[in-house]
Amino acid sequence: MSTATAQKRGLGAAIWDYLTTVDHKKIAHLYLVAGGLFFLIGGLEAMLIRIQLMKPDNNFISAGLYNEMITMHGTTMIFLAAMPLIFALMNAVVPLQIGARDVAFPFLNSLGFWLFLFGGLMLNVSWFTGGAPDAGWTNYAPLSTSSPGHGVDYYVMGLQISGAGTLIGGINFLVTIVNMRAPGMTYMRMPLFTWSTFVTSTLILFAFPALTVGLFLMMFDRMFGSAFFDVGLGGNVIIWEHLFWIFGHPEVYILILPLFGAFSDIFSNFSKKRLFGYSAMVFATVLIGFLGFMVWAHHMFTVGMGPIANSIFAVATMAIAVPTGIKIFNWLFTMWGGQIKMTAAMLWSIAFIPSFTIGGMTGVMLAAAAADYQYHDTYFVVGHFHYVIVGGVVFGLFAALHYWWPKMFGKVLNEKLGKLAFWPFFIGFHLTFFIQHFLGLMGMPRRYWVFLEGQGLDAGNLISTIGAFLMAIGTVIFLINVVYTSVKEKKVSGDPWNGRTLEWSIPSPPPHYNFVQTPLVRGLDPLWVEKMDGKEGMTPAEPLGDIHMPNASILPFTISLGLFIAGFGFIYQVDDTVWLIAVFAGMGITLGSMLIRSLKDDLGHHIHKEELEEDIKKGVGR
Amino acid sequence: MSHEDVLNPKHMPHDPEKATLEGKNKFLGFWFFLGGETVLFASLFGTYLALNGSTQGENTPEHLFGLELVFIMTMLLLTSSLTSVYAMYHMKNHNFGKMQTWLAITVFLGLAFLGCEIYEFYHYIHEYGFTFRSSAFGSAFYTLVGFHGGHVLFGLSWITALLLRNRKRGLNLYNAPKYYIASLYWHFIDVVWVFIFTVVYLMGKVG
Amino acid sequence: MADQTQSKPMHKVEYEKQQHKEEMKHQVLTFALMILFTLIAFGMVVMEVNSYFIIPTLIILAIVQVAFQLYYFMHMKNKGHDMVALMMYGGAAVALLTIITFTSIIWW
Repeated sequence: MSTATAQKRGLGAAIWDYLTTVDHKKIAHLYLVAGGLFFLIGGLEAMLIRIQLMKPDNNFISAGLYNEMITMHGTTMIFLAAMPLIFALMNAVVPLQIGARDVAFPFLNSLGFWLFLFGGLMLNVSWFTGGAPDAGWTNYAPLSTSSPGHGVDYYVMGLQISGAGTLIGGINFLVTIVNMRAPGMTYMRMPLFTWSTFVTSTLILFAFPALTVGLFLMMFDRMFGSAFFDVGLGGNVIIWEHLFWIFGHPEVYILILPLFGAFSDIFSNFSKKRLFGYSAMVFATVLIGFLGFMVWAHHMFTVGMGPIANSIFAVATMAIAVPTGIKIFNWLFTMWGGQIKMTAAMLWSIAFIPSFTIGGMTGVMLAAAAADYQYHDTYFVVGHFHYVIVGGVVFGLFAALHYWWPKMFGKVLNEKLGKLAFWPFFIGFHLTFFIQHFLGLMGMPRRYWVFLEGQGLDAGNLISTIGAFLMAIGTVIFLINVVYTSVKEKKVSGDPWNGRTLEWSIPSPPPHYNFVQTPLVRGLDPLWVEKMDGKEGMTPAEPLGDIHMPNASILPFTISLGLFIAGFGFIYQVDDTVWLIAVFAGMGITLGSMLIRSLKDDLGHHIHKEELEEDIKKGVGR
Repeated sequence: MSHEDVLNPKHMPHDPEKATLEGKNKFLGFWFFLGGETVLFASLFGTYLALNGSTQGENTPEHLFGLELVFIMTMLLLTSSLTSVYAMYHMKNHNFGKMQTWLAITVFLGLAFLGCEIYEFYHYIHEYGFTFRSSAFGSAFYTLVGFHGGHVLFGLSWITALLLRNRKRGLNLYNAPKYYIASLYWHFIDVVWVFIFTVVYLMGKVG
Repeated sequence: MADQTQSKPMHKVEYEKQQHKEEMKHQVLTFALMILFTLIAFGMVVMEVNSYFIIPTLIILAIVQVAFQLYYFMHMKNKGHDMVALMMYGGAAVALLTIITFTSIIWW
């Protein structure tokens, strides 16, 4: 029954442990590894795109393959790399920051991961079965509904499965943050990373259902002959665009907000100051989340919605610059007069500010609906969204990984290698994407397989490709750092950065129950409050007692596996009804697993006081 | 709280569904899920409203829909909502037997509703040749109403599983939250139906 | 882990039962009103009331009925439902935006 005492018993046991784990810290590892792998795949696709565009009239990859590359690069990076890496951070950090022993739904947390992984695998299987999706990551109809082969079907099924996982993950974090905060951890004492996780999860809750419906309609049209996007039968292709962007624009904020939170924690920590304007930061986060839902149609200015709709969405879009500006200034003021320590995490964070601000400014340019008719579907747009997503999200992920790596693995990533990875990536990033704004203004359309000679686009594209190689070098150095650190670096204490928030009050990596005794929170930056009072660690809020923990389970894996199998059935039953067997078998596995979960009582287990006392003696507890 | 206290509580608390942390989490998490479901159905309603003019031939909403059956279905589902309220009333009074009985009645009303819906779809397909594939309106209609029907089916299976699983043991702090959120789900199904009969059938008839 | 299993005095149990009974009365009243609204809605359509007013009226009736369902049947009026209300209103707001979009800026 008790997997609590599961020790290392060889590889098989370790794999089984990870397959069945419901521990948020191990799920964070899973998200990190899977998200990291997809990040590399997406990066590889990006390199192939840039090599193709290195010179005019290049024929490095074929036009069809190029379409598959751009589609899979976008889809992979957004859904399979950025989202899971963010979930890795949330899983690793949020319960610790609020003083919780676990998340609200450990079983569902694990289910969310496996759904994401099987969805991601499904998408990438398409490379080997006759072609990946090729209608762009936005998958607009009728291009997508008339795309031959099964590529787009994989897009539909893969995103449907992984999207369900994301929705589950979002609800899990919402309830965790509402219900499981330690005594004294009021909402206005939560660290900014926790706050942004809360707002992000709300966005996930309200945004993903629109994608779910969009994907269902696309699935019905492609696989079951319905007519949602079939204009001949009265369908309307704009429905897809709206559904996609009602989801898609909040998705952009889902990606960036958690990293805003991470930057806030990092700036405050390495400036040795409390965050400047804490309540304004919280307010700005909530406001960005709120406004994020009212701007989606700025992706559709050229669709022909009419001047009134375009004006409304233009104004709403520009309004988002205000709370974002509040944040930028508060970060600057946090550093102002602080004792700044230039660690690798801080380096990424500081580089983020100007990079992201450039992306924000081009965002306001694009928000001007009249001007957007010129920028639309050019490389100007490509430059803009890579400035916010790479300059914001990817820089944020690197910063946050450097910052929380010791909490996750007990070792600080090598600082020298960390900085060595930063510079080529940073320079390469600006080389790659800054010039793309000008390529766009010169009229280079996005998503084109080749460009012609003698149109002034040659030099710019070459520079862009060189930059991409520099970014790849930076990424490789980071990977080397990970290996180097795990082999060569020494274990560090639980608090290597002289931290301010609760996660630094416990050992690294934390015991699986996180806190031997739930801490009592006495203010913002709770650990710092105790340090200023001359105390060693947190004051416990409860006597030492038995701890209730959830049981491990293989069911999340089987539920997801069933949907994975059923997905193939849905895709191929169009060709041959024999494949319906896969649909029934897969759904049988999924529903059967759900039924087992429902019928079998699972009350979890207790870690007894005596075991905890043992742990404390061994120094695990504090 | 020990497992024994959860499975065989000596004294039932006032709100058995929220007596444990797991119960509180389930309660809140399920409500949040319903918030997401609101957007899901709004997207389906939006699609329907965008496409309900895209008919082919005679098969328009005015021509197809008969209000008698829809009225019966509405009454069935509304009543099943009340019976599930009765079930929760008895749960709060810790009367397990009566709770099970009222939920069983809820299931029967739900089954009757589902039967009517299947009959309705069968009728449209065979009498009018109005199918999922015949027009964008057909696709939107069957998808919206069918999604609701799918929710009904899932809700029925869920409540039935609960009834069977717990028939030999009483109410406890482990199954009380499960009963409670299942009843929330059932009410939400009714909420969606109110909009379906208003937007699809009544407004379809008005034209 | 508070002591929820403590025995309760008899009069308190009686008091709670009485309260539940009161609440149940409200529920039945709610149900009667919901049936009434449904009858009005169907009746208006069957009697072919002037179509200028009928659609807004139908929608208002539906919204009121749903509010009853949420606040009484699903107990949103009771305390401890603040976060619930926040998320339901959030969902409703996004839902409203979605519906407005699909009835106005979808080309036709």
